[in-house]
Amino acid sequence: MDLISNLFIFTLACYVGFEVISKVPTTLHTPLMSGSNAISGITIIGALVLAGHSGGTLGSIIGFLGIVFAMINVVGGFMVTDRMLHMFKKKGE
Amino acid sequence: MDTFIQLSYLVATGFFISGLKKLGSPATARQGNQWAAFGMLIGIIVTLFNHEILSFEWIIAGMIVGSAIGVYIAKKVEMTGMPEMVALLNGLGGGASVLVAGGEYLRDPLMLSPDGLFTVGMSVFIGAVTFTGSIMAYGKLAGKLPGNPITFGGQKPLNGILAAVAIFASVYLVFDPENLWVIGGIAVLSFLLGVMFVLPIGGADMPVVISLLNSLSGVAASATGFVLNNSLLIVSGALVGASGFILTMIMCKAMNRSLANVLFGAFGADGGSAVAAVGDGSKTIREVKADDVAVMTAYASRVVIVPGYGLAVAQAQHVIREVAAFLEAKNVDVKYGIHPVAGRMPGHMNVLLAEANVPYPQLYDMDDINPEFESTDVVLVVGANDVVNPAARTNPASPIFGMPILDVDKAKAVVILKRSMNTGFAGIDNDLFYLPNAYMYFGDAKKSLQGLMGALKEL
Repeated sequence: MDLISNLFIFTLACYVGFEVISKVPTTLHTPLMSGSNAISGITIIGALVLAGHSGGTLGSIIGFLGIVFAMINVVGGFMVTDRMLHMFKKKGE
Repeated sequence: MDTFIQLSYLVATGFFISGLKKLGSPATARQGNQWAAFGMLIGIIVTLFNHEILSFEWIIAGMIVGSAIGVYIAKKVEMTGMPEMVALLNGLGGGASVLVAGGEYLRDPLMLSPDGLFTVGMSVFIGAVTFTGSIMAYGKLAGKLPGNPITFGGQKPLNGILAAVAIFASVYLVFDPENLWVIGGIAVLSFLLGVMFVLPIGGADMPVVISLLNSLSGVAASATGFVLNNSLLIVSGALVGASGFILTMIMCKAMNRSLANVLFGAFGADGGSAVAAVGDGSKTIREVKADDVAVMTAYASRVVIVPGYGLAVAQAQHVIREVAAFLEAKNVDVKYGIHPVAGRMPGHMNVLLAEANVPYPQLYDMDDINPEFESTDVVLVVGANDVVNPAARTNPASPIFGMPILDVDKAKAVVILKRSMNTGFAGIDNDLFYLPNAYMYFGDAKKSLQGLMGALKEL
């Protein structure tokens, strides 16, 4: 039953994504990609539980690596997007 | 506590969706990115209250290491290197999904429901393909791997078999949950598939591949959400998946190719040479020098600049902005016409020009600038080739026929800044160069533009 309710959530979220994103102008395509990339680093919350659970050293190491990967994604993604968007200026700003 | 965590996740989801919405307009984009980052902060902090978390050593270590690397690359990357960085980040997202789903499985395979076991398999599958696929894309973009398509017989069936076996193994895992060979096999096959599916894709198609891998990194996060029964992961991943998919389709449309054709077509590997040979020597070009171009542009009332990736390669963004500013001071109306595949990833050229302080209202999308070429006096084409080839409109035999292009040939005069008569990515001759209103200005883009700037000042 979990699978079905998860599929409902997934499908609805896909629709929301299509509606929210479909009208983004070309100018913002690169920041959209790096910013959404940072959002996909949300996997970190799974890695946090793995690393903090005292289920054994192997699990902790896998969790640690997961946190490192996802955190690079999150921090690198949001920061570089901010750096890019800071450059977009109207005339004279 | 669990209810509190779940409600906070719901709030984080709201921040992600509103943030993405704000990313859709230049005026609010920066705030949108900050909202999304705030949503992430909420997600991370409340997760630390999860009762399953008993020790924090590994967590703190991981967060410090990951943040340090993230800050370093975000500050250091050049804007021309954005495609490589995004490719790498896509890969890390996929890798994180493999680690989390795999780690969750290793904790205790027997605790997982049949759905859970199947989704572990799928999560490892999608994440691993994203991981190695992105590393291949990174290698091609960074010039560490050959950019041309690598093909061999039976490639498509082999990829199909790899994917089918990995999916079948995910189903089998439900019936044999403790067999480490199965999960390990899925991982190995998927890592291999990621390499194989990017191998035959050429450098010119990288905008499509990065977008697709971006989408996959989202789907991988979503799949991990299925494993953990975590709605925040499912929703966030789906949003990223949708966004990447939209960009993939925009890029395909801009090249007039289907996604299947990009993935399996090995475009640019062959066919180009035959068409290029059509140049029969009877066609003539007109060559101009800096002084000529200076006169043409300075006395024009409207100039449109069409930048291509060659502009970025020559690092000429700043010089072109100086030229544009000089012309504007002389009351010339200057606009930039940007083709969707002008850079190496969606919207790349806009970022490169923004970095050179070109105000974004001066940047026009293809559909907005095309009706204006007829009333344009001079078009400066800098480092672009295939995207201004009128053969895409007129010659059904051309491999790029049907591709949407910038109609620069309709302007009163077109000056093409180019190093030589070499062909573009598609490997075909450009009919534009031989038109009566076309003028070739040969040389390195940066030096040519500096020459033009000097000539303009002397007028």
